[in-house]
Amino acid sequence: MAKTATKQKTVAMTGNAGCALAMKQINPDVVAAYPITPQTTIVEEFANYVADGVVDTEYINVESEHSAMSACIGASAAGARVMTSTSSQGLALMWEELSIASALRLPIVMQTVNRALSGPINIHCDHSDSMGARDMGWIHLFAETAQEAYDNTIMALKIAEHKDVRLPVMSMHDGFITSHAIDRFEVLDDADVKKFVGDYMPKYSLLYNPNEPVTFGPFAMPAFYYEQRKQLRVAIDGSKEIVMKVTDDFAKLSGRQYGLFEEYRLDDADVAIVVLGSTAGTARYTIDAMRAQGVKVGMLKLRVFRPFPAAELAEALGKVKAVGVMDRSDSAGSLGGPVYTEIKAALYNSKQRPAMQGYVYGLGGRDTGPDQIETVVNDLVKVVKGEESPREAVTLLGVKE
Amino acid sequence: MAEVKLTEIRWHARGGQGAVTAAKLLAETALSQGQYFQAFPEYGPERMGAPIQAFTRISSEPIHIRSSIANPEIVVVLDPTLLKAVDVTSGMHEDGVLIVNTDDEPKAIRKAMGLKGRTIFTVNATRIAQETIGRPIPNTPMMGALVKATGMMPLGNLTDYVRKSFGKKFSEEIIEGNVRAVERAYAEVKAE
Repeated sequence: MAKTATKQKTVAMTGNAGCALAMKQINPDVVAAYPITPQTTIVEEFANYVADGVVDTEYINVESEHSAMSACIGASAAGARVMTSTSSQGLALMWEELSIASALRLPIVMQTVNRALSGPINIHCDHSDSMGARDMGWIHLFAETAQEAYDNTIMALKIAEHKDVRLPVMSMHDGFITSHAIDRFEVLDDADVKKFVGDYMPKYSLLYNPNEPVTFGPFAMPAFYYEQRKQLRVAIDGSKEIVMKVTDDFAKLSGRQYGLFEEYRLDDADVAIVVLGSTAGTARYTIDAMRAQGVKVGMLKLRVFRPFPAAELAEALGKVKAVGVMDRSDSAGSLGGPVYTEIKAALYNSKQRPAMQGYVYGLGGRDTGPDQIETVVNDLVKVVKGEESPREAVTLLGVKE
Repeated sequence: MAEVKLTEIRWHARGGQGAVTAAKLLAETALSQGQYFQAFPEYGPERMGAPIQAFTRISSEPIHIRSSIANPEIVVVLDPTLLKAVDVTSGMHEDGVLIVNTDDEPKAIRKAMGLKGRTIFTVNATRIAQETIGRPIPNTPMMGALVKATGMMPLGNLTDYVRKSFGKKFSEEIIEGNVRAVERAYAEVKAE
């Protein structure tokens, strides 16, 4: 890790406690949230900060996630710095508000602790909740570790509020695996976070600029609706640059450099695994072991899923001969999981196209150990050697037949 | 470069016996030693008295693997009645260490479980907790037994950390009770 002048403290904390701490350090004006496993400990801990008076936040107790997001939208339109958090069915209940938050260009930051969607009802990790919201016009960041969940929360706010972005951001980490495990990581000083995120002064708001009145959420008929949707596309496409600018600024502060994605031992790799979330750690562990046996395997860990870095991914993956994309959510009736189908599409017009196979894994918290990563790598090696043709059908890893 | 050692521990207990707290305390103690760790309980529909598991990984280097621990080197059993209810040695290393809170001798446990290989440690942590802390919660004395059985750190480091960590929340009487519990278990644990 690069040395920086910034003083940081090494802590033993759960991912959720780290996220609550980041919220405390940001000190948002308004938080409206409803508890749901495995997100609960974030809002619980943050409520303690409010009760202890260490933040100035107006904490709105609401009766559902639908109301939570509605309150966040109202507060953000008024001009407040707003944060919330949810999981699974909570995110699903916010559904009709999610697209409004992005269309109104409201920089709400939501920590989404990934949990499987019902049914059957389940409390454990997969990515079906946030992947279900992938087309809602939010920026999506994924974290592998508690460190990344903490760091992404701080960066998410700065990205969301940037004058050229003004979009809501979901910051994901894996339910229980990251949210409830005690991990070792570095946290910044309160003052450094405060300085990094700066003051929030929105260009357009209901309360700050009474002399320049604006309307949020007017009716838009066919003559105007389409243009607003175009603006949303332009904004989120353009946010990629700001995501990286904020990420680089954060690296200068913390010494921790992230990207749109991380390439791990990919330079001379024949085969690559694409993965996001905590399984990237298990993949890294497995890749080290397989590399020691001479298997030329690498990993691409996706951090920014929206905006989707298609060109960068095509370039990075064009170097290898076969790619296995591991999705922790299924898109039943589709070609495969959402990350797989999008990466496959991103490579279609590319000059160098590796063979591709899609894998779904870990639904509802099914444990994903090194054996499953090895299975994917061994499959890909067979394709590279010409022993097998690339599979058209998605492979469901670790499912009981 | 010395080989990096990753120690994997599985805790068996019943809900309410403090296994999660013990796993957390061990992680924090490891941090005070400059080590890396992960501590995570297995979440399910658990309630007071139901069998639960918790896991700890400790290493001198950053830990990347995130899956659950299938092949622990060390297994700690906080409640002897679990020996009949749960396969506590499932997936355990052949040369692993089993530490049980019980009044029985290690030899009796080995015979009752029909266990070959492995080193078995026993200590009556419930009685020690009752006599030192005044409550039958075996988690802190079991930490003393764990440190003795594995040599993962000097006893003084653990007792220093217990004082520092408990100092924020508890009375002097409770803190010193816990320190005595750790020290007694360290001294009284038997091995075979």
